[in-house]
Amino acid sequence: MADPLVVARALTKRFDAFVAVDGVDFSIDRGEAFGFLGPNGAGKTSTMRMIGCVSPVSGGSLSVLGLDPADAGPAIRARLGVVPQEDNHDTELSVWDNLMIYGRYFDIPRAEIRERATELLDFVQLSDRRDSKVDPLSGGMKRRLTIARALINKPELMLLDEPTTGLDPQARHLVWDRLYRLKQTGVTIVLTTHYMDEAEQLCDRLVIMDRGRIVAEGAPRALIDTYATREVVELRFHTTDQQAAALVRLEPFADRVESLADRIVMYTPDGDKTVAMLTADGVQPAAVLVRRGSLEDVFLILTGRTLEED
Amino acid sequence: MPATSVNRVVEREARVYLKLWRGLAFSTFVAPVLFLAAMGFGLGDLVDQNSGDVGGVSYLEFIAPGLLIASAAQMASGEAMWPVLAGMKWMRFYHGMMASPVEARHIYAGHLIWSGMRACLSAAAFLIVGAVLGAIPSWWGVLAIPVAALTAAAVSAPLSAYSAAQENDISFPVILRLIVMPLFLFSGTFFPISQLPEWLQKVALASPLYHGVELARGATTGVFDSSMWAHVAVLGVYIAVGSFFGIRTYANRLSP
Repeated sequence: MADPLVVARALTKRFDAFVAVDGVDFSIDRGEAFGFLGPNGAGKTSTMRMIGCVSPVSGGSLSVLGLDPADAGPAIRARLGVVPQEDNHDTELSVWDNLMIYGRYFDIPRAEIRERATELLDFVQLSDRRDSKVDPLSGGMKRRLTIARALINKPELMLLDEPTTGLDPQARHLVWDRLYRLKQTGVTIVLTTHYMDEAEQLCDRLVIMDRGRIVAEGAPRALIDTYATREVVELRFHTTDQQAAALVRLEPFADRVESLADRIVMYTPDGDKTVAMLTADGVQPAAVLVRRGSLEDVFLILTGRTLEED
Repeated sequence: MPATSVNRVVEREARVYLKLWRGLAFSTFVAPVLFLAAMGFGLGDLVDQNSGDVGGVSYLEFIAPGLLIASAAQMASGEAMWPVLAGMKWMRFYHGMMASPVEARHIYAGHLIWSGMRACLSAAAFLIVGAVLGAIPSWWGVLAIPVAALTAAAVSAPLSAYSAAQENDISFPVILRLIVMPLFLFSGTFFPISQLPEWLQKVALASPLYHGVELARGATTGVFDSSMWAHVAVLGVYIAVGSFFGIRTYANRLSP
């Protein structure tokens, strides 16, 4: 097995008194799609920025591509492809010019950039927009341009910070599809997300982050099997009083019961059976949903909060 | 690698300029030429009729280097404010550069060098028109081109260092109105600073614009003296001190 591409040991990031990343350990292997899943403010972006060598490490150790970001930042960045959380194109210029300018930052000869830019625009399905300005493009198109741009230097490691945040479902599936293809070509992908479906679809392995710490690590399915149950029953009630009254009676029907602001979540191996039992017991929820356990549940069980909360 | 990275930043600025140059050309070239024509001929005739000359040269010859340098400084100050904050905050293209081998200090240096290069371009164009109009009596006038670059850099170095640390552009119009514009008028551009009250002379002496104008006037009129080196030194100090802070504010903003 080759050495991991990224190794972090007790990695810490502080901004004055605030600890954004609080001593995390992880390693990312060549060729895998690795995710950081967590709510806003969990420390995902700070971790990504340290890996991307644009934020100095405050404590612990970090190695990226076998090098130390503290003294080899430019050399490492030359081999990374970065898709930041916020797009940062030269919006007054055309799609094509953005790729040309960006390729030059990596000191790639112009003829070669032209060749790659043509291929990449084809890959992200923007060939017909090559001469339009960036500004009027849709959010999804801008994202795809950012992905094309990040690939201009044929990176060994792709860093994507919340790649589909703010996109509509269709635009998001297009981005996922491109990332999935990239993964198949053997590019190592590291992404942060607070969407559990994104993490489940794209990541071979992930860590769940909360308040600067890693609370769990593993393959998506394995995490669900370990921490959650096969099925989940969600109950909604008309009033919070009804929800509170029902809560005390539900304990016997599931392995675990969580009460949230707007619903009760019950973890059970067999959802239908649980619903039948609680109905027989006279519990009358306004709405019942039976679904499979997800990473959202893993997060909820580990932290007592949902991914969407701040 | 570092020199290459700075070149790449300059290349980007040049590419953006080439795409947008039509709008920018007016302020950096056409406007100062109009000033030269209006003040050099219109006002200049009056001045020359009344006093014979200004410091041994015609009024047209006197204000030509003043306008050349003042417009270079004005252009550099504009470039050191809004575009810098756009790169840092609004459009964030500086952050995009940071994901390549380019580092914050290269972005700062590239911006500074490009300001100097643009000043060269407009100074050269201005000198040609000025020469045709008879405002540039000496061939030494070509030296006004590097002087324009030096002055632009001396203005841009501290101002872009400041802009990089801002969260909004509230202070920028104030800087233009209360610092850049008065310096434009009172730095020996349109009349010798000896006409100013003594305390204002001291203010003018501290401004990079005054030293740039003196150097450029020496060049276009072909009259040099030993004070020239002092003017160069003052501009150098502005660049050095500005860079000291600029490298820090850029790094703090782009790689916190």
